[in-house]
Amino acid sequence: MSVHEKSGQTPVIELRKVSKTFGEVRSLSEVDFAVYPGEIVGLLGDNGAGKSTLVKTVMGYHAPDQGGEIFFNGNRIDDWSTARARSLGIETVYQERALCEKQPIWRNMFMGREPRTKWGLLDVKRMRSEAARLMSQHMGFTSAAVHPDNVVTTMSGGEKQGVAITRALYFDAKLVILDEPTMGLSLSETKKTLDFVEGIKKAGKSAIFIDHNIFHVYPVVDRLYVLDRGRVAGVYRKSEITMDDLIARLYRVARSGSID
Amino acid sequence: MSTDVQSPAKNNRVAPPSIMRRYGSQIGIIGVGIAMWLGFVIAAPTVFLDPDIYAAFAQTTPLFAIIALALTFVVITGEIDLSFPSIMALGTAIFCLMAKAGMPHWLALLAGFATGALCGWINGALISRLNIPSLVITIGTSFLYRGVELILMNGTGVPLTEENYPMEQALFTSTIYGIPVQSLWALLFAGLLWVLLNRTRFGAHVFLVGDNPTSARLMGINVVSVKTRAFMLVGVIAVFAGLMTSFVGFYFWPTTGDGFLLNTIASVFLGGTSVFGGTGSIVGSLVASYIIGAINAGIVSAGINAFYTQLCFGLVIVISVVLQTIIERRVRRQSITGR
Repeated sequence: MSVHEKSGQTPVIELRKVSKTFGEVRSLSEVDFAVYPGEIVGLLGDNGAGKSTLVKTVMGYHAPDQGGEIFFNGNRIDDWSTARARSLGIETVYQERALCEKQPIWRNMFMGREPRTKWGLLDVKRMRSEAARLMSQHMGFTSAAVHPDNVVTTMSGGEKQGVAITRALYFDAKLVILDEPTMGLSLSETKKTLDFVEGIKKAGKSAIFIDHNIFHVYPVVDRLYVLDRGRVAGVYRKSEITMDDLIARLYRVARSGSID
Repeated sequence: MSTDVQSPAKNNRVAPPSIMRRYGSQIGIIGVGIAMWLGFVIAAPTVFLDPDIYAAFAQTTPLFAIIALALTFVVITGEIDLSFPSIMALGTAIFCLMAKAGMPHWLALLAGFATGALCGWINGALISRLNIPSLVITIGTSFLYRGVELILMNGTGVPLTEENYPMEQALFTSTIYGIPVQSLWALLFAGLLWVLLNRTRFGAHVFLVGDNPTSARLMGINVVSVKTRAFMLVGVIAVFAGLMTSFVGFYFWPTTGDGFLLNTIASVFLGGTSVFGGTGSIVGSLVASYIIGAINAGIVSAGINAFYTQLCFGLVIVISVVLQTIIERRVRRQSITGR
């Protein structure tokens, strides 16, 4: 498939023939997947198509079955793990948000990447002040409304999503993955999130954008993968396919298992 | 995505969280401690205005208080360790056997602590790698470690006299400026473990793993390693307490550790550490240990029949935990980890 290649560039992340089996269930079946620098890739598919499994495999949360390969900037990586993926600059806004709700905002913001002083101790002061700054600059909280010491469980769904998105943004990721970021959000929060995806592209970074709603995905992406029952059913450049055509194909694949 | 800073807050939630809300449970436990102390002073002024009583429980309380401090880490990760009394005995037994065999004492001490670390590693590895509930497996390992110890010692004890163990007696039972060294150890451990819990990445990860292990894993935290290290900490410190207990009594009994289980666990929960994981405090566990230690000494000295000790323990623990739960529910909208 020619749409896989992009003249001469090395993908930021590439999966080759990646499968993932849970007991009897094969969630991913020989998936080839790549994201190039500065590209926004959409991932579409019905419930159970394998979108979240694919994301968690890219993030090193699930290890692929034997025979699957993961490449980062062209280098094959065998000891892939979530900590490794994050240290290489991949950040994810998970569908389940991955927050620790009894903890204050500042602890959530720096989860797994806590800054330390030169003595090797946690830089709590910096974590608090950075959290406060990020909340007022990126999340649109006025500093009087929410304090970095507030625990996450007190926040609304949109505010929680704000913490998860701001966290992904803060660490200056090369690749940002958004798994159903608009789920359960109000209209204005959804608009903010979509603006954020546009912002990733403007900053020259890459992103994987997963959403049920094709009307959210289509306008912001460069390329689209359609997953069906764990397989890649189709890959399209946005310039090659209209939204109506895409919708028609999505219906067809859901009904018959074949996209063309 | 920026917001006009001039615009008023969209909601009326006021921040920052107040001192009472952030440190509520710790202030609460300190309050309970002071109230109880005043009660004792009023009930038995001659006893409780005499420094001797404080010297007494400054010697006995640290024996379980230092384990409560370490156990706080395990409870925050959402687990429990019931095998530490057996680890106390097994580690001390290894020390006694090696010292008796003529090995240098520092090496014997090191071997004792290493035994504690190994026992903790076994607990932690079984729990975090195989996902076995800690309540179940540490009952099992409790019998296991105790069994190994009894077989090694063949059921006999070891005298630990001052002339044969001068270094250990100085380390574990001396008095510095009138203060029993046991309490100085407890304060030192409290300080070190406070820093470990609140000012290191390991401590931060202990809170996160206990709060939501899936989220922690998704964000790249090694849940297996964090839990295993927490159990190893309990193992090493249990051996320290086992040695201290034995040297205080000048004798190592193969039954060392019996009677420690409930005091220690009660101290952790009384100190405000949640059984559900994710929240907890070192200050709370330290103060609660001294409350539990004082009840014992206080009841008897106040001239109340010693049969009332257990009733008093029960009342203090049940009432404190109920109050804490109510307070926590009220302030749930605010930080409970505190710092």
